[in-house]
Amino acid sequence: MASLPEEAIPAQPAAVDMPSSGTVRRMIYRHTLPLRIMHWINAVCLLILLGSGLQIFNAHPALYWGQRSHFERPWLSLHAQRGPDGQLRGVTQIGSRRFDTTGWFGVSKVAGQPMARGFPAWATIPGPQWLAMGRAWHFFFAWIFVINGVCFVAYALWTRHLTRDLIPTRADWRGIGRSIIEHALLKHPKGEAALRYNVLQRIAYLVVIFVFGGGVVLMGLAMSPRMDSVLGWLVDAVGGRQSARSIHFLFAMGFVAFFLIHIFEVIVTGLGNNLRSIITGRYAITTEVRDEADQ
Amino acid sequence: MKLINRRRRFLRNTLALTGAALVGGCDRLSETDWAPKVLDSATTLSHAAQRVLSRNAMAREYTEADISPVFRPNGSTDPQSSAYRTLAANGFRDYRLEVGGLVAHPLSLSLDALRALPGRTQITRHDCVEGWSVIGQWTGVQLSRVLDLARPVAAARFVVFRCFDVMDDGNEYYESLGFDDAYHPQTILAWALNGQPVPIPNGAPLRLRVERQLGYKMAKYLRRIELVSTFGDIEGGKGGYWEDQGYQWYAGI
Repeated sequence: MASLPEEAIPAQPAAVDMPSSGTVRRMIYRHTLPLRIMHWINAVCLLILLGSGLQIFNAHPALYWGQRSHFERPWLSLHAQRGPDGQLRGVTQIGSRRFDTTGWFGVSKVAGQPMARGFPAWATIPGPQWLAMGRAWHFFFAWIFVINGVCFVAYALWTRHLTRDLIPTRADWRGIGRSIIEHALLKHPKGEAALRYNVLQRIAYLVVIFVFGGGVVLMGLAMSPRMDSVLGWLVDAVGGRQSARSIHFLFAMGFVAFFLIHIFEVIVTGLGNNLRSIITGRYAITTEVRDEADQ
Repeated sequence: MKLINRRRRFLRNTLALTGAALVGGCDRLSETDWAPKVLDSATTLSHAAQRVLSRNAMAREYTEADISPVFRPNGSTDPQSSAYRTLAANGFRDYRLEVGGLVAHPLSLSLDALRALPGRTQITRHDCVEGWSVIGQWTGVQLSRVLDLARPVAAARFVVFRCFDVMDDGNEYYESLGFDDAYHPQTILAWALNGQPVPIPNGAPLRLRVERQLGYKMAKYLRRIELVSTFGDIEGGKGGYWEDQGYQWYAGI
């Protein structure tokens, strides 16, 4: 059966306003304008910081622990190797394990030609190998990221968004087991309950904001030779400048992991509704209503 | 089902478009005249902020146990100019460091004359702009002492370092510092690395050490030091070989 073109589908009764089968949809003003603006500034900053960060990483695609680079033993390295057939192979080395990651890491195509590069051109800003420009993008958006982050924390404290919505309550902690199961089963709260952040969500947001966000900035500063003259204690606390570079990278990967989970949750809990609420602030909830006629 | 497919397609297209727009957009902006200038304004801010936060603080100094077995060289590792080859063939006995420009007393210093000045030895970390670090012990004379001998005139604002090495594009390497870094106690003209004369790959016979900036600021194969009021009329006008290729003049970050 050929599917009907969209226009030919008979108009449905508007489900938005009409209570059908005992439920009603209500619009709630969920995210305030400052939070929405800061969310999107943050999203743009993180994407550009990630792309430009991978560009900078590609200038020396290996990571070490310690004050200096032990070139003979990186804990992570994305390099190229010429195979017996003369072809370039991309090798990802983690500890002493080696993986062939041709096409993704170590070797990927630039303008159709396999090239030795850590991360592929589609993931870096700018695309081609261009360290100076990557640094320019990175440091510009790092400032915006930091200023935006400071504004967010100040705003979240001022409006009690932090204490009311983000810090888990005692009841939240007690329900953490149930919340984990619900997440695993992809069962999400509906109705009024969907309006408050659940405990895993709260923990995730707090970790991302304060551990990843704060950490990635501090580790960035710990890589600056000038700042090291006053942040020596911090550099030593993490084991050295090369450790700081590694941890900076790991926090960035933490952001990537959060981003993927965040996007996944946004989709499974209602892409359109979530997008609307973070753009216009308006979030729809469906609540059960007792129909008088049923009595 | 159809809705889900449509959503999926929408999501996939959105992601692909966002990625392409972001990377493509950033690439296109990188090629304009104005966008890199806007982006680089952040470096001016970083410089100002770091100057306030760290002032004259000293770079971390390490112990002998921390020294890298090989001090990895980068950039030029074996200058081929005939002037340099001649000096090297003779063990740099005829080497002279010229100090000129906006100074009251131009100088021409042999290695022995430099070694006769009060020296400083420091075990410091060298951070390459590429991201790696090596640690080495450097011995030399503080740049401030040489400047004190040459006596910069009031109009002088920058110290420019001219080098023997010619880069692939045919331009000579050069670098420049402001007076805050030039007079920092750890800014030295080094003649020894790990107790030995500086090897050729690391900048023989004399290289600059600016311990609170990245490696490309630390000019190797020093030929001449010039005091200037502006570096806008030198080579590409950005204050250094790599700066002329788009790298930031302030490399403390």
